[in-house]
Amino acid sequence: MTTRRELLKAGAAGATLAGLGLPLAIPAQAQAITSLDVFIPAAPGGGWDATGRAIEAAMRADGLLSEFKIENVGGAGGMVGLPRFVGQKKGQGNAIMIGGMVMVGAGIANKSPMTILDVTPIARLTGEALVVVVPAASPFKTMGDLVAQLKKEPKSVSWAGGSAGGADHILVGQIAKANGVDPRQASYVAFAGGGPAQAALLGNQVSAGVSGYGEFEEQIKAGKLRALAVSSEAKQNNVPSLKEQGINVVLWNWRGVFGAPGITTAQRDALVALMDKMVNGPAWKKTLETRGWEGIYLSGDKFGEYVKKDVADTTVILKDLGLAS
Amino acid sequence: MDTLGLLMQGFANALTPMNLLWALAGVTVGTAIGVLPGLGPGLTIALLLPITYKVDPTSAFILFAGIYYGAMYGGSTTSILINTPGESATIITAMEGHKMAKKGRAGAALATAAVGSFVAGTFGTLGITFLAQPVVELALKFGPAEYFSLMILCFVTVSAVLGSSALRGLTALAIGLFFGMIGIDLQSGQPRFTFGILELLDGINVLIVAVGLFAVGETLHLATQKKVDEEVIDIKGPVGMTKEDWKRSWKPWLRGTAFGFPIGAMPAGGAEIPTFLSYYTEKKLSKNPEEFGHGAIEGVAGPEAANNASAAGVLVPMLTLGLPTSATAAIMLSAFQSYGINPGPQLLATQGQLVWTLIASLFIGNVMLLVLNLPLVGLWVKILKIPQPLLYGGILVFATIGTYGISRSVVDLVLLYIVGFMGFMMRRFDFPTSPVIIGMILGPMAEQEFRRAMTISNGDLMIFVQKPLSLALLILAAVAVLAPLVWRVVKRPAPQAA
Repeated sequence: MTTRRELLKAGAAGATLAGLGLPLAIPAQAQAITSLDVFIPAAPGGGWDATGRAIEAAMRADGLLSEFKIENVGGAGGMVGLPRFVGQKKGQGNAIMIGGMVMVGAGIANKSPMTILDVTPIARLTGEALVVVVPAASPFKTMGDLVAQLKKEPKSVSWAGGSAGGADHILVGQIAKANGVDPRQASYVAFAGGGPAQAALLGNQVSAGVSGYGEFEEQIKAGKLRALAVSSEAKQNNVPSLKEQGINVVLWNWRGVFGAPGITTAQRDALVALMDKMVNGPAWKKTLETRGWEGIYLSGDKFGEYVKKDVADTTVILKDLGLAS
Repeated sequence: MDTLGLLMQGFANALTPMNLLWALAGVTVGTAIGVLPGLGPGLTIALLLPITYKVDPTSAFILFAGIYYGAMYGGSTTSILINTPGESATIITAMEGHKMAKKGRAGAALATAAVGSFVAGTFGTLGITFLAQPVVELALKFGPAEYFSLMILCFVTVSAVLGSSALRGLTALAIGLFFGMIGIDLQSGQPRFTFGILELLDGINVLIVAVGLFAVGETLHLATQKKVDEEVIDIKGPVGMTKEDWKRSWKPWLRGTAFGFPIGAMPAGGAEIPTFLSYYTEKKLSKNPEEFGHGAIEGVAGPEAANNASAAGVLVPMLTLGLPTSATAAIMLSAFQSYGINPGPQLLATQGQLVWTLIASLFIGNVMLLVLNLPLVGLWVKILKIPQPLLYGGILVFATIGTYGISRSVVDLVLLYIVGFMGFMMRRFDFPTSPVIIGMILGPMAEQEFRRAMTISNGDLMIFVQKPLSLALLILAAVAVLAPLVWRVVKRPAPQAA
């Protein structure tokens, strides 16, 4: 827990440094936003919904804005909502859409005519590292044991995780690839969500599981699942990262906000400034802490580049997995 | 402290006036949203999540639990009265219950549903209190192979709704299997039968098909009748249940509970499967199976109890392991998280007071729901006094609004009417509609579990007979199919001798 808090603080401090200049530099445009349309391309209750509503709560609490319109259009990893956001909000400076890594993968796998590159990147807000776990009774004590078996007999290791082509599946593919195993050889068992996947692990139905750290956290603490590696750069919660164990894979299941397509640079900068202000306020910091979200803030052009790279990397691995052409 | 002591303490917390008020608000809202098609408990709780910023956790969970149980009660009402199921778990109730209503027995159907829900809810909550640990251990023994064998057993139950022609029944089942295939395949991430329509990527909601086939189909059918029956349905007999009804209901209630609770506790069990199993069992055990399909009270009592008991069962893995196994449970868990409470194996240890108060409030909510719903029966049946053309016009409006409410998608509305027209044609040419629904629910589950099992076993089919639980379920399925045939052969000589 201490590690996580320290990381949070470090992240927040970094964000403060990055954001300091902006709100002061362009107060005029920032003031132009008097109300915010928050478009959530997912049904109420999920991670994107929680992010959208937390943005509203934090901005209200810190007195940044008081007028919000929240709209949920769920379905297909955001691919139902995305075209609607693009169509309805084109050129509208005060509209934001929540999105993230899931949307990147969904756009590629479904060969959608519209992708996350069609909207204007504003900021990456949070990220969650994935964790590789095995049941407590598993013979695999370390990531090395698991990888050794994977190399020896790729199909004998069954991996439980979320839907095919999602973040969990992508990580399994990358781990296989980094160890010289054809990603298509990995026995990936897709479950409809974290709950059923956890149940399969607790019941010793599968060899290993991949999901967001938070999803497995309580089972790990209770000693029912053993965490072997996390997908962040460095170790988290005393779990060593894949990179530290010689597997060169880093993956964040990130969530961020996007602006409408066709907005002016000034409008985009105003939204970036607003998000900068929010992440530096006390309410958002408190939200990160109670929710256990990792604040990996990145905004403006840097975020734009990150999204482009993420799309390119994801396309490659989905092709390797045989899910995209 | 022992379980009973902890539970008593929970009651002490739940019985404060403020918490009682939250429970009352929860069950009232829950009943209302259960009655309305399209607005399920999951969505309602999700929409109410922002109150977690203002209200203390105990009150919030008492409210949410009330909504959850209440929706299960309310869901049966629209199914029985206007053949428009509000939840997929009440689809079976609609089949038999609406037939009862058409025979003027709506009061009895509603009453047996309400009392059955109470019985199941109470036994289910007792199960959470005393049996949570062993039940969850059994539930975790179910892996993909076991689930697939359970699905095979469930497919046997389809025979109970096939109707007079097996060919027509199986055709309907195949249509259901096809509907179930539409959307992104979970195991490969590839879209199937979506024809480039983005809205179809997540598949078709089974409720839209149910409402389309049952409500819209029936309305169209009525509209084409030359002579529309202007007379209202007579309400025969007393509004509540007769002595005979009680006698025929109590065993199905208990059997339904016995199906619902453990299957609800299974991570991939769900609420629909126990209703199928209960319906099949009641039809097989009934002294007058010919009544089934024409309004048999057992066919309402059993599945309704199974539905409610499974709702209690879902809470077992949630409270003992922090595992959300239904959409509603997942949303309740995210409510825990917005309080900074981490639901997991330690929940009972770290948040014992909250959990026991929640369980106590489930008992209280159940009593409230019975008190709330039984008098409402008299009110609800009055809906049927509306002349049929107006009533069915209203049903059409209701079905349309409800469908739009599920996803706010125009594509779904178009689908509703396509399916509705299909339902009309099926009725016109005497095809049973229920197998469509069963195929649509069981098909994708069976397929996914089969492929999971195959991935795990590296394509070795022996996995289904090597696992003892899976083998036992397959044997049960075989017995269910073969026993009636063998029985007929054994029995045949007897009448000849006489």
